[in-house]
Amino acid sequence: MLSDKDRIFTNLYGAHDWHLAGARTRGAWDNTKALLDKGHDGIIDEMKKSGLRGRGGAGFPTGLKWSFMPKEVKDRPHYLVVNADESEPGTCKDRDIMRHDPHLFIEGCLVAGFAMRAHAGYIYVRGEFYNEAQHLIIAIREAYDAGFLGKNACGSGWDFDLYVHRGAGAYICGEETALLESLEGKKGMPRLKPPFPAGSGLYGCPSTVNNVESIAVAPTILRRGAAWFAGIGRPNNTGTKLFCISGHVNKPCNVEEEMGIPLRELIDRHAGGVRGGWDNLLAVIPGGASVPLLPKSICNTVLMDFDSLRDQKSGLGTAAVIVMDKSTDVVKAIARLSYFYKHESCGQCTPCREGTGWMWRVMERMVTGNARIEEIDALEDVTKQVEGHTICALGDAAAWPIQGLIRHFRPEMERRIRARTEKLAAE
Amino acid sequence: MPKMKIDGVEIEVPAGITVLQACELAGVEIPRFCYHERLSIAGNCRMCLVEQEKAPKPIASCAMPVMDNMVIHTNTPLVQKARKGVMEFLLINHPLDCPICDQGGECDLQDQAMGYGFDRSRYHENKRAVPDKELGPLVKTSMNRCIHCTRCIRFATEVAGVEELGATGRGESMEVTTYVEHALSTELAGNLVDLCPVGALTSKPYAFEARSWELSKTESIDVMDALGASIRIDTRGAQVMRVLPRLNEDVNEEWISDKTRHAIDGLRHQRLDRPYVRSGGKLVAATWDEAFGAIARRLKGLDGSKIAAIAGDQCDAESMVALKDLMASLGSVNIDCRQDGAKLEAAVRGGYIFNPGIRGIDSADAILLVGSNPRWESTVLNARLRKRYLAGAGAIASIGPAVDLTYPVERLGAGPTTLRDLAEGKLSFFGKLKAAKHPLIIVGMGALAREDGAAVLALARDLAVAVNAVRDDWNGFAVLHTAAARVGGLDLGLVPGAGGRDTAGILEGCSSREIELVYLLAADEIDMKRLGKAFVIYQGHHGDAGAHRADVILPGAAYTEKPGTYVNTEGRVQLGQRAGFPPGDAREDWAILRALSEQLGNALPYDTLDQVRARLVAVNRSFAALDQQAPGAWANFGKAGLVAEAPFVSPVANFYMTCPISRASKTMADCTASRAQLMAAE
Repeated sequence: MLSDKDRIFTNLYGAHDWHLAGARTRGAWDNTKALLDKGHDGIIDEMKKSGLRGRGGAGFPTGLKWSFMPKEVKDRPHYLVVNADESEPGTCKDRDIMRHDPHLFIEGCLVAGFAMRAHAGYIYVRGEFYNEAQHLIIAIREAYDAGFLGKNACGSGWDFDLYVHRGAGAYICGEETALLESLEGKKGMPRLKPPFPAGSGLYGCPSTVNNVESIAVAPTILRRGAAWFAGIGRPNNTGTKLFCISGHVNKPCNVEEEMGIPLRELIDRHAGGVRGGWDNLLAVIPGGASVPLLPKSICNTVLMDFDSLRDQKSGLGTAAVIVMDKSTDVVKAIARLSYFYKHESCGQCTPCREGTGWMWRVMERMVTGNARIEEIDALEDVTKQVEGHTICALGDAAAWPIQGLIRHFRPEMERRIRARTEKLAAE
Repeated sequence: MPKMKIDGVEIEVPAGITVLQACELAGVEIPRFCYHERLSIAGNCRMCLVEQEKAPKPIASCAMPVMDNMVIHTNTPLVQKARKGVMEFLLINHPLDCPICDQGGECDLQDQAMGYGFDRSRYHENKRAVPDKELGPLVKTSMNRCIHCTRCIRFATEVAGVEELGATGRGESMEVTTYVEHALSTELAGNLVDLCPVGALTSKPYAFEARSWELSKTESIDVMDALGASIRIDTRGAQVMRVLPRLNEDVNEEWISDKTRHAIDGLRHQRLDRPYVRSGGKLVAATWDEAFGAIARRLKGLDGSKIAAIAGDQCDAESMVALKDLMASLGSVNIDCRQDGAKLEAAVRGGYIFNPGIRGIDSADAILLVGSNPRWESTVLNARLRKRYLAGAGAIASIGPAVDLTYPVERLGAGPTTLRDLAEGKLSFFGKLKAAKHPLIIVGMGALAREDGAAVLALARDLAVAVNAVRDDWNGFAVLHTAAARVGGLDLGLVPGAGGRDTAGILEGCSSREIELVYLLAADEIDMKRLGKAFVIYQGHHGDAGAHRADVILPGAAYTEKPGTYVNTEGRVQLGQRAGFPPGDAREDWAILRALSEQLGNALPYDTLDQVRARLVAVNRSFAALDQQAPGAWANFGKAGLVAEAPFVSPVANFYMTCPISRASKTMADCTASRAQLMAAE
């Protein structure tokens, strides 16, 4: 379990002042110049050593991502883009960072922007996060007034400007290249990769898109050293992580914990346990709506980090733990997620545009058992036809929950079909 | 050059191409819907997925650049499964209406479904219904069939330069639309139909007219403007059903204008299908002998100086050379092929052709338009100019009408005085032209078909020389004609001989009765009232202005009905082919002139088409080189003099109606009305 001295987000619950003065008492903006004095590559090296993996869901090593930016600024400026379009169902960690600890995050923007030689950063905030965007804007103004941003930020000699842009409510705009399109004023549709954003991103310039949490932890890592961060958690899954626990638990919450904490311990210790006790647990979606659910048998022992969950054919994703007890209609729950993906598909590429609607419709029939047993296989086949064939990961995200359902709850789906068939036969 | 392995075959490919192109070089065909060579890459249909070794997922070959040591597999079970999956997805919401779909038989989806489709559906839900869109008189929509490849959106935005098509909605609710419903304001709309891989966009005038397999296909040349686009004429029986573009990188790439494509219904209306002779003030149907007899009677004893001839805008070179020879045999030097009165000279070829060639546009780095609206005078050439602009042409400026050319143009002025100032180096654009490696000066008929045309021509020439646009390795002096027949006519020397009259002189002579007989070879664009009391012979294919005024009508053949030689604005000699026969008693034009000459007792010395063509070469060697383009010989031309203040005006007032065929076309009338409505709405 994470000890209090190792916490990065010390105002996660908003108990203290989120303004500049309050943030400084908690250590934010403390001699940021010294962090920048490590130099562009020094910071990137430190981040690499810390083993920080991107907190937005894919878990790509953050330091490595920063190192993809060109080593010299040539004819095109570099940009830092922060993905604050937190829309993954079940996830609300970035939201609390922005409303309760914005300065931690803004300082991270400066550090990250400096490391990748960017003089400008854009924060793309989810449209629904109105109050969070207000906090962010106020906090940025405070930082400007204190000389932490703008010309010669923090006295480092580096100019850095930070802008807030509010989205309009599309889930797909959380995909990094769709976010760039949206930021450029176009329709939020993912771009083809290559070229990757580090080569040609925002306005065709080298850009790096990072999650809010990845950016917000950077200053603390640099202050306390990569070794400290790497010492928490498990190898290749280091550091602390914000978990968002929701669903059928006694006390839903956001909590910062060590990577690799057992799922059961996480729920029991921080969320007051599963409603009706651990034995009342049916399944858990461990990383936001996009990852396959895990039945109780796996939840008993699984560790909450990228690799452990991947080994269970699920994923850490955004670490949004959605707990479902035995009162849950699990098929209906997944059908609801399918509807979400059908609704949020951008419509650009064929498998996702056509597949998400198909999957949802079949799932709706599965809820009532209005199908044939073979259709379960057909449905799984359709998910495989979507998975891996699309431009972005939304297709995968739409396919995985259904695959997880079929993998772990096929008997339940078959039961419903049989029950309905028998009922119809009886009538 | 990267080396890669495709299906086990090692191949070296040019750097910078995509995996899909590399596969084609290796002889492996990759199915695709959204990919198109001339449009930006969308990568959205996912039909072109292939397997790349060491890649975690199949890759979209259309979007992936080649890299050294790539290993690609296109025939593995993984690839097959991926393609079949995509095909299934495309078909689940695609209506099963091939039997009533105009795309049937030439549909990419239909064809590829043969390779990758199933024979039954696993999709038991309802199919999607999408409201159809109204895109104007040329493009019919059936949006249920749309597979969202976005080719149409990309064509409209990139090639046509009208940002009017887009997609609204998300996911399966995505619809291709014009946002607010209106007709497309482009002259290239017909190409959308060609680009659409399914039957979502089909040709409205051609709707339910024919099936592709019923049609005979004839490769020919377009005469609606001076570009000479390569076309394919599809006929059923005697009727021309449709015109499609042919690939010709040098001329039209693979686009044609809406007039080229859709004026053909004019070929069915207002046709002259028998000779007529005016009797008692009325045109009376006659036999060929009667018509020739009437002409012979009128010509009898008439001095050559009282005879004149004007050749029209769409004449083939064969008929023009026959006309010229006939006039010579009658002792007349009053002959002109410039019915618009353009002050071009036939003596110096470099002074009347588009010297750099249409391909030259691609390398031009400073472009000046003089008295031209290329969007209406040569739509496809204008698209090429736009393409050059998108590729970074540098500076583009215009002296002439203020029009939207679909790319930004710096407007220097309206008339010849601006040109004079520019030629004298008084404007800053002079420096840009001079600094350019390949300066291009496009001179339109709006600048030359006017009183001071010769002086304007001289100014343009001076400018070209002053900015070093005429060198051994580059000739950037380009005349943009509006008439398909013009360069051919000038090549053949259909201009007044010594002491002869040009078009204006002929009309004047008619009014003053010094000219008593005028032979109009499909010439309809002159002011017929000024022909006065002259005896008018009209040889042509449509009952247009000339036929109404005529005393004798000799029915000729339209461009689809005769093999003919046309020289386009860049001086490229091209052969048109016969796709069908002319109606009724109408005949090929050179043969009519040949027959008439025999009646007049002095038969022209050729009996076959080959002999006429030999005569063409004898008159001008350039007719010997087919499908080739080179800058013309350079010398002095134009006549220095005073220029007027009057602004340049494009000769094309209505793009859709510029010739007897397009004026007889209902489709073109619909387009005219639709465009007028659009302009009024703005």
